[in-house]
Amino acid sequence: MEESCTLPRAATACIAERQDSIQTAGKSRTRIHCADDSLAGSVSQRACVFCGARVVLNPVTDAVHLIHGPVGCATYTMDIRGSLSSGSELFRTSFSTDMKEKDVIFGGEKKLAACIDEVVEKYHPPAVFVYATCVSGMIGDDIVAVCKAASARHNTDIIPVESSGFISGNKVVGYRAAAEALLRLIRPKEGGTIEKTQKINFLGEYNLGGEKWLAERYLREIGIEINVAFTGDSTVAALKRAPSACLNLVQCTGSMHWVAQNLERTFGTPYMDVNFFGPENTAESLRRIAAFYDDTAMMERAEALIAREMARIRPAIEKYRARLRGKRAAIYVGGAYKAIAIIRQLRGLGMEIALTGTQTGKADEYESMSRILSEGTIIIDDANPAELEKFLLEKHVDVMIGGVKERVLAYKLGIGFVDHNHDRKDGLAGFEGAVRFAREVYVTTCSPVWERARSPAPGGEAHAR
Amino acid sequence: MLECVPEGKTEHTTGKINPAKTCQPIGAMYASLGIHGCLPHSHGSQGCCAYHRMHLTRHFRDQVLAASSSFTEGASVFGGASNLKTSIKNIFKIYNPDIIAVHTTCLSETIGDDIPNIIKQSEIPEGKIVIHTNTPSYVGSHITGFSNMCKSMVAYLAEAQGETKKEQVNVIPGFVNPGDMREIRRIVTALGVKLVMFPDTSGVLDAPLTSKYQMYPEGGTTIAEIRDSGNSEVTLALGAFASNAAADLLQEKCGVTGIPLKLPIGLKATDDFIMAVKDWFGADIPKEIAIERGQVIDTLIDTHFHYQGKTVAIFGDPDHVIAMTEFVITMGMVPKYVLTGTPGKEFEATVTKMLDEAGITGSRVKAEGDLFELHEWIREEKVDLMIGTTYGKYIARTEDIPLVRFGFPILDRAVHPLMPVVGYRGCLRLIEQISNAFLERRDRDALDEDFELVL
Repeated sequence: MEESCTLPRAATACIAERQDSIQTAGKSRTRIHCADDSLAGSVSQRACVFCGARVVLNPVTDAVHLIHGPVGCATYTMDIRGSLSSGSELFRTSFSTDMKEKDVIFGGEKKLAACIDEVVEKYHPPAVFVYATCVSGMIGDDIVAVCKAASARHNTDIIPVESSGFISGNKVVGYRAAAEALLRLIRPKEGGTIEKTQKINFLGEYNLGGEKWLAERYLREIGIEINVAFTGDSTVAALKRAPSACLNLVQCTGSMHWVAQNLERTFGTPYMDVNFFGPENTAESLRRIAAFYDDTAMMERAEALIAREMARIRPAIEKYRARLRGKRAAIYVGGAYKAIAIIRQLRGLGMEIALTGTQTGKADEYESMSRILSEGTIIIDDANPAELEKFLLEKHVDVMIGGVKERVLAYKLGIGFVDHNHDRKDGLAGFEGAVRFAREVYVTTCSPVWERARSPAPGGEAHAR
Repeated sequence: MLECVPEGKTEHTTGKINPAKTCQPIGAMYASLGIHGCLPHSHGSQGCCAYHRMHLTRHFRDQVLAASSSFTEGASVFGGASNLKTSIKNIFKIYNPDIIAVHTTCLSETIGDDIPNIIKQSEIPEGKIVIHTNTPSYVGSHITGFSNMCKSMVAYLAEAQGETKKEQVNVIPGFVNPGDMREIRRIVTALGVKLVMFPDTSGVLDAPLTSKYQMYPEGGTTIAEIRDSGNSEVTLALGAFASNAAADLLQEKCGVTGIPLKLPIGLKATDDFIMAVKDWFGADIPKEIAIERGQVIDTLIDTHFHYQGKTVAIFGDPDHVIAMTEFVITMGMVPKYVLTGTPGKEFEATVTKMLDEAGITGSRVKAEGDLFELHEWIREEKVDLMIGTTYGKYIARTEDIPLVRFGFPILDRAVHPLMPVVGYRGCLRLIEQISNAFLERRDRDALDEDFELVL
């Protein structure tokens, strides 16, 4: 079966301008070109500022998330993440000002104020996040002023999120908009003081499929309480207690580093990068967190937990490793921290990495990625489907780890797929998550359907390569 | 979920809570995918394009490719002309489609980019085509966007070669699944009439896995076919909201008689569709179609006591909801709440008329509503069944009502885009789903002593 590609085979990058955004580990001497705007006319997998802000704030469970713009932005982001709540489910409800033509012509501020009044009166939420979109930003609606007036009127936190989509095609800018909104929310009121506690905050943890609860269980066993996560299963009241923590853990660096730096500046809280994807990363993170407290008993409890959990999951991991050894994987996810964690996990399953890419990686992150990858692995920034297709076929990839838009591409090429995006519904963190991830990789890589797809149809040819 | 319902009866005054519609561009994108060798292009921020692709992908479980002008702050200040020109150049150079279908977004509409002029100034390779439609997100809904793109296909491409018309029928199928379009083609072909259907996403979004990965699958209406639609005798516009505008323009531009029909969902609407083809072309009803209709009648009789007199809430897109309302009345059910998110007075008029003719009183009908309102109605007075999109599942769970998934989008089930709901076969499928929803519920709720083998 010959390989087929919709693109000229000769080019390494399908678009000349994209040449510098693709590298081969061990062979490239220049820094990868990344984090600039996507090319006009490319079928990019990237999104917008609003999208970035929305995914960061969405898990705040008891807040109203009111989107100021035409209806689409609200519809597409309705209950978009697999973030779970232990209390209110209000965050799953979609609120839109549903801007119409006359709002665009005469300005949407009045309507926004009326919508805020209505949701406050109906739901009495502890806070309302008001998101700007392309149009409300473009026509110059002053959402900051509207929110300020509404806050005074209702004596409730009405927080503007300056997330007009056109500001940038890079979600990271949206993460910043969300971060600013969070900081605005947690800033203590005039004269308010915050007592420090022994608790910690968990930044960049969104409780997908209950991942925050998992980490919480581990930490509780060691003797550490989570104060609040940003923003998985968080409430407005809990977020306001954030300054009382003695340490901030940062998991998703893309969305939360800046917040951590800010919290350190404002409240003197130190921060530490952690990662709960994969058993080794989880163990390492638990050790470092315990070490921060400088408490021998705590460190012993951490070691006991790690030893016990590692032993518990080993048989399952071994079982999957036996099946997956030597299989080839491709990774294309949003952020670099996630990509690096997945590289480690797949290696732990005895697999080879043929391709790694991210939507929002930074140059230094790509460098550290390049260092851990074996020679010949393709590294790609802001890939488009045509490029992904080309490398998936060229590198004979068996399974792809990506997001919703990559799933169908992989399937069309007859390649297995695991969803590792923010709209995942099953937790993949911690020791349990490592087993689930291994199982998901095994299920899709070793499914008999690929066999069927590759064997010829009656009287015809095969369906896939 | 319960605690998300505000206390007491609340009037909804402004904005939308849990919308029952989405914005125009996604409809235009879906329609564009029904042209063979077409790359849809979203003239706006990257996020719109990403959201639309993602949403369509979640419903169809298939690849949706579309390009974006990737607006940035600069484009928003100085206009998007250079972005669009660069896009057109890049798309032909890199992705090499036969045709680019440009749609706007609320941002480029607000800026006021003059798309036809920008297209005129763009480098378009010999033999390639660029068409456009205006899809401001703050007007109408995704159905409006679909309708606008269909209209643009006519405006840009349809041509009449002369006074004499060919013995062929145009069908504008509306915002339905590829499985539905495939079924419409099967029915018209069985009637022995040559068909030009546009758009046609069958073979694009329900394409089989082949050994050759194709960016532009075999399906979709060819440009030549859309051109030829100007030479057809008649256009059947299925669903007023999605299809009438294009049919009207075809009549005006090329003198093709337009016949507005409902979406052929349910017995009566399918009869009307088949009779329209039969009457116009003098076609004979082939035996296979006659048998299928007979099976529907037989099945209705076999199952009528499962759903007779049950109350239903129907919500979703206007053309779907209108046809479905007619069908459940045919089945002997009571459409208690009928709601669409798409604006349009004629929706309320059409549905109210159907209810009046059936002697059904006390129902609520609303265009441009949202699911918050639907939930409020249901809390006031419950129904036995909900028929609509995946977005209804929260209400269904909170109020413990069975939900038959129908329309767009369905994000939590698979295979549905390939299985038609139109035509007589579609009737059978809908009867099965509706009937089984009640039987499943009966089994679930039965006490041990009432749990029966035969129902």
